[in-house]
Amino acid sequence: MYLYDEFDERLVRERVAQFASQVERRLSGALTEDEFRPLRLKNGLYLQLHSYMLRVAIPYGALNARQLRQLGFIADVHDRGYGHFTTRTNLQFHWARLKDVPTVLGLLADAGMHCIQTSGNCIRNVTADPFAGVAFDEIEDPRPVAELIRQWSSLHPEFEWLARKFKIAVSGAAQDRTVMKSHDLGVRIVRDAASGEIGYRILVGGGLGRSPMEAQILRDFLPRQDLLAYLEAALRVYNLAGRRDNKWKARIKFLVHDIGVEAFRAQVEDEFARIDKAKTNARPAEEARIAAFFAAPPYENLPGVSRKLERSIARDEELARFVEHNLTRHKRKGYAALTISLKPVGGIPGDISSDQMRVVADLAEQYSFDEARVTYAQNLVLPHVRLGDVPHIFARLKEQGLASANVGLITDIVSCPGLDYCGLATARSIPIAQALAQTFADPARQKDIGELSIKISGCINACGHHHVGAIGILGLEKKGAESYQFTLGGDPGDSYALGELLGPGLPAEKVPEAVERLVAVYLARRQPDETFIETTRRLGLAPFKTAFKEIADAVA
Amino acid sequence: MAAAKRPELPAILVANDLREGEVVFATLEGWTRDPRRALVVQDERAAEALRDFGAKEFLRARVVDPQLVAIENAEGAPRPRHYREALRALGPSVRPDLGKQADFPL
Ligand code: HEM
Ligand code: SF4
Repeated sequence: MYLYDEFDERLVRERVAQFASQVERRLSGALTEDEFRPLRLKNGLYLQLHSYMLRVAIPYGALNARQLRQLGFIADVHDRGYGHFTTRTNLQFHWARLKDVPTVLGLLADAGMHCIQTSGNCIRNVTADPFAGVAFDEIEDPRPVAELIRQWSSLHPEFEWLARKFKIAVSGAAQDRTVMKSHDLGVRIVRDAASGEIGYRILVGGGLGRSPMEAQILRDFLPRQDLLAYLEAALRVYNLAGRRDNKWKARIKFLVHDIGVEAFRAQVEDEFARIDKAKTNARPAEEARIAAFFAAPPYENLPGVSRKLERSIARDEELARFVEHNLTRHKRKGYAALTISLKPVGGIPGDISSDQMRVVADLAEQYSFDEARVTYAQNLVLPHVRLGDVPHIFARLKEQGLASANVGLITDIVSCPGLDYCGLATARSIPIAQALAQTFADPARQKDIGELSIKISGCINACGHHHVGAIGILGLEKKGAESYQFTLGGDPGDSYALGELLGPGLPAEKVPEAVERLVAVYLARRQPDETFIETTRRLGLAPFKTAFKEIADAVA
Repeated sequence: MAAAKRPELPAILVANDLREGEVVFATLEGWTRDPRRALVVQDERAAEALRDFGAKEFLRARVVDPQLVAIENAEGAPRPRHYREALRALGPSVRPDLGKQADFPL
């Protein structure tokens, strides 16, 4: 994992000191709220419904034990004993106190963390495949590139005040696991079929929010040495041409949509031709320095099957379920990537207590070469565990309520904080997730239903990714009450799709019944081995709409 | 989020404490964290005065986002009419152990 060098360390410390002075001036009244707001946002500090919220960057979702323990310490001493992992693979503390934030930023810096660029109109935290470096289908580990982009984009003077926020995803595997097509810019590591050379496919113009759009290909193949020059060119075109008169039309997706991807590409290529590449691109020595941090850990030579695990599975049904749903194939024989679900039935999606953070830290340290990852589905991953260690890890997770065997299943629900915390929300989202998880809690039923993603947002901003949920739920206000709109058929992966509206909004108490009806259509009409999303694609919206209408009509 | 020009009445004044971020309510003696002690205004002139107080306190860097919030008089404490403000006066509905609901049980 990447560790700060002197330069990173100094940059972060200077920023802490700078923000401490800004807070002091705000508290004394020397700075007005209007002056202070953009400064605090640049440091990830929001004002939400009940309190300030501090958003900590987890660069490309990678954490080590020390960082997890430090987050746990901050949660205990400066917050309310827990944190919330988001779809952007960041961690939010929901009860921050302005006067303490400089201290917290200092504590984060002690563990090589910060909140820089987790908000505001700048290049945000880079997201990457949570199985980076271990995925069986990987062409190349995306983390060195993600780290390079993190360094390039951190406090980049030209891109400090873009027209709007800017989100970048990086993936190096055959299958996308980053929701890349919902990002402003995507960097996909690809192998050129003709030459066998590795380079990048660049995507542009994705985004969710009130006008969701799918990213399009900007450059099919970019030679690897030109990455930063090309990104610089793309950002420069956006920085100059992106709309600044209307916040709701300011994301790069609108620019690409308005002028067309061909015209946008032409401008980027023009700029790219002019850029001094030698000066802008990373030096090979620097790339090598970064890459060295991500060298494979000292794996053991293990057999592909663990007798110990097999024996334990035969004795323990729960463990068997856990292994079936929470392990992902590793490139290395005898190892697996283990997903820790933060979706216990009845819990709050993405929430983690300080005790749980410490247990995950211990497990990462003991069993996964001191690494943990955060996924966009608000879960954690221990990326390299020996198969034989899984029974023990499972037992430790179980003690902490972290052993839910539901990854990818109907109770693995993504949800933004919604109106329980968020000042922008139009409705609550967490209680909807809880009610649905309870409805479908039975493990046998979950298994029968199989892979199905429900994603919930508490307003049109779509932080809960509802547009790309197989079932998407959006909380709105209708006649002074919370109301929930359903979309069907969204897909965050390579068969990317935005969900389509099923009908009018429903009150909260009707949501579980509505999902039951949709699931019933699937169960009745699926073909052998067909997942929910595949059935919706084959059948189209109509049968689901009919089922949904019965409930909507009953409400009306 | 913008407060209506003419507030519905009765109303209370709600804000976030600048230093702590916590939700606070205006009283005759300043601010309180306790929703049960919030000053309830019944007429427009009193509402105006409360609004002015909020604006001044904002300029004095004591609170952020002061807003008049329409309430109904319920047992024990004024209850905001809109569900958003009601949640704000109580705390997260999914964590009854946190927020006002935990500190100031009705
Ligand atoms: C104070 C809390 C938050 C605020 C003020 C906020 C604000 C916003 C806004 C305004 C948008 C729409 C952007 C646009 O369309 O231009 C948005 C989108 C988004 N936010 Fe948040 N959000 C908050 C919390 C979160 C949380 C908790 C998550 C993760 C669970 C998150 C992840 C995202 C994602 C994934 C999108 C959609 C992707 C995109 O189009 O960028 N945000 N947010
Ligand atoms: S989707 Fe809306 S309610 Fe949910 S976190 Fe984002 S801004 Fe808040």
